[in-house]
Amino acid sequence: MPPVLRAPFVVEFPFTRSLGPVQSAFLTGLRERTVLGVRTVDGRVLVPPVEYDPVTADEIRDLVEVGATGTVTTWAWNEDPRPRQPLATPFAWVLVRLDGADTSLLHVLDAPGPDAVRTGMRVRARWAAERTGAITDIACFEPYEGEPAGPARPHSGRFPEPVTGIVAPARLDYTCTPGRAQSRHLAALEGRRTVGERCPSCRKVYVPPRGACPTCGVATEEQVEVGPRGTVTTFCIVNIKAKGLDIEVPYVYAHIALDGAGLALHGRIGGIPYDEVRMGLRVEPVWREGSRHPDHYRPSGEPDADYDTYKELL
Amino acid sequence: MTGPAGRGTTSRAHGRDIAVVAFAQTRHTRRTDDMSEVEMLMPVLHQVLSQTGLRTGDVGFTCSGSSDYLAGRAFSFTMALDGVGAWPPISESHVEMDGAWALYEAWVKLLTGESDTALVYAYGKSSPGELRDVLTRQLDPYYTAPLWPDSVALAALQAQALIDAGEADEPELAGVAARSRRDAAANPHAQLQGEVPRGRHLVRPLRVSDCPPIGDGAAAVVLAAGDRARELCERPAWIRGMDHRIEAHGLGVRDLTRSPSTRLAAEHAGLFERPVDTAELHAPFTSQELVLRRSLDLDARVRVNPSGGALAANPVMAAGLIRIGEAASRIHSGESDRALAHATSGPCLQHNLVAVLEGEAHAG
Ligand SMILES: [Zn+2]
Repeated sequence: MPPVLRAPFVVEFPFTRSLGPVQSAFLTGLRERTVLGVRTVDGRVLVPPVEYDPVTADEIRDLVEVGATGTVTTWAWNEDPRPRQPLATPFAWVLVRLDGADTSLLHVLDAPGPDAVRTGMRVRARWAAERTGAITDIACFEPYEGEPAGPARPHSGRFPEPVTGIVAPARLDYTCTPGRAQSRHLAALEGRRTVGERCPSCRKVYVPPRGACPTCGVATEEQVEVGPRGTVTTFCIVNIKAKGLDIEVPYVYAHIALDGAGLALHGRIGGIPYDEVRMGLRVEPVWREGSRHPDHYRPSGEPDADYDTYKELL
Repeated sequence: MTGPAGRGTTSRAHGRDIAVVAFAQTRHTRRTDDMSEVEMLMPVLHQVLSQTGLRTGDVGFTCSGSSDYLAGRAFSFTMALDGVGAWPPISESHVEMDGAWALYEAWVKLLTGESDTALVYAYGKSSPGELRDVLTRQLDPYYTAPLWPDSVALAALQAQALIDAGEADEPELAGVAARSRRDAAANPHAQLQGEVPRGRHLVRPLRVSDCPPIGDGAAAVVLAAGDRARELCERPAWIRGMDHRIEAHGLGVRDLTRSPSTRLAAEHAGLFERPVDTAELHAPFTSQELVLRRSLDLDARVRVNPSGGALAANPVMAAGLIRIGEAASRIHSGESDRALAHATSGPCLQHNLVAVLEGEAHAG
């Protein structure tokens, strides 16, 4: 069993999301230091606002302005803030019922410690210095001793240059490990050998192996060295240059059945004009120093393979 | 013979009786670095099938539950399909959720009469990522997710709401943790067993012992209809009813001290027709068990989470299916005659599924 391989893997995406009329008014309002809610069919004021009544599912558009001050309805002290959370120092997660609202908003409270926080305490929004129309325009809440604001007042929801969309960046960090079958395969590649695994039931040799025969649903354990030479079973001509890929177009991308393998893997074909690549062409891998995988495959100089020898591997 | 026939149950209303006839799960662990998802899952599939003597080709319908966000990879469930032998083509479906909902889909499929057997499986490897961060991505992306409130933080808000309402205190939470981990000592699959120190506050008021372990694991269940179930299992766990209900996403709209969706699902699943003797509740946090017990009117006569529950092992996406499997196993073994199984999804018990399982009375 080779040692467990590990590789960092980052999934990062800036989700661009469009806002409906209610969310647009709410987030634009935050940019203007104005907190808006929406009135439900039964007269309750929801903050943050939604577009459909949670009880009746009716469309609701009746916007109102509530206070930027409110009351903590529940809280949780966070001693160890995580990297992307709003405050880097210990803080309280809070649900805050803003003055004039009937529901609570989730946010964070800047307080010296858990003893300074209690349900029922009065708080007010601390606005971010730079505001873009996002929930983080409220930097956090802070303790506040003043009088409550009055009831919710009607608001048109209209602002100059309304925010109509947000970009929500998200990043998750993973440490990937390939599992037993792929680890064995990757370890062999280090010695420039391609190793597949044979299904004990149907005898097919899988390369690269994933640890299971998808036909029989059983573990593949028996190691089988395949190649290094193989046969082009099918191919396509790529005419579009991929971003960050240093390969001149057009080039050929092919399915290659390595000798002894029960299915074809894929690779680039080089060392031959793109329009001379054909089914049945015999190829061999070309390794580049320091790379775990063959860079490409080139003609081996052998006569073409007979169609019958690879027709099951198409 | 005083079987349940003619008692008028929810699944009987659909004209067919469906049962859980087999259940298997991994020994859940903190990490499975040396195994891919399919390598972790495959032994469980083999176990559950061997209990029934079925081969993959014999199964009428296959449904799985898992999440791309755990794997960090799109369409990750397709890799796991290698483990069931999906060639020649099988009738297959997937939910990007806990496997309990995959089981729900399979149950509906069997109720339609389109097949007589179903294989349901679920798996989750939490170890490659930071689970608390990963789960923030299921939150509303406009108002909530940009603040990155993690799963423990949200559960802690719910726990404090319960404490403020006078319905729990820290010792009571600790009691739930201690009972769960004590019971888990008899469960060879549990990740945490026996005495576990309460630990420091992770997010106050929740301490380490109030929170589930993070781990990797998989589970699988076989369902069968009518006489087929009797052929495959000595004492099938008949699904008398199953339902799932969801609440508003906004936490501030909900009363976090109650779980009305669980209550409603339980009513529709027929829970309150007769008492249950066992309840497997998917409560990853101690405070959530208290919320669920109260919403379901479970009193001291009901054995709650004899497996140790999600506090002993919480492989995300499989933990709910495991609750159904554990409840069914106790019926298979005769330790239970009528059991409740519950699964949850989303922050602070947002979405809840309830199944009621029964064994037929022993002959003689
Ligand atoms: Zn095979």
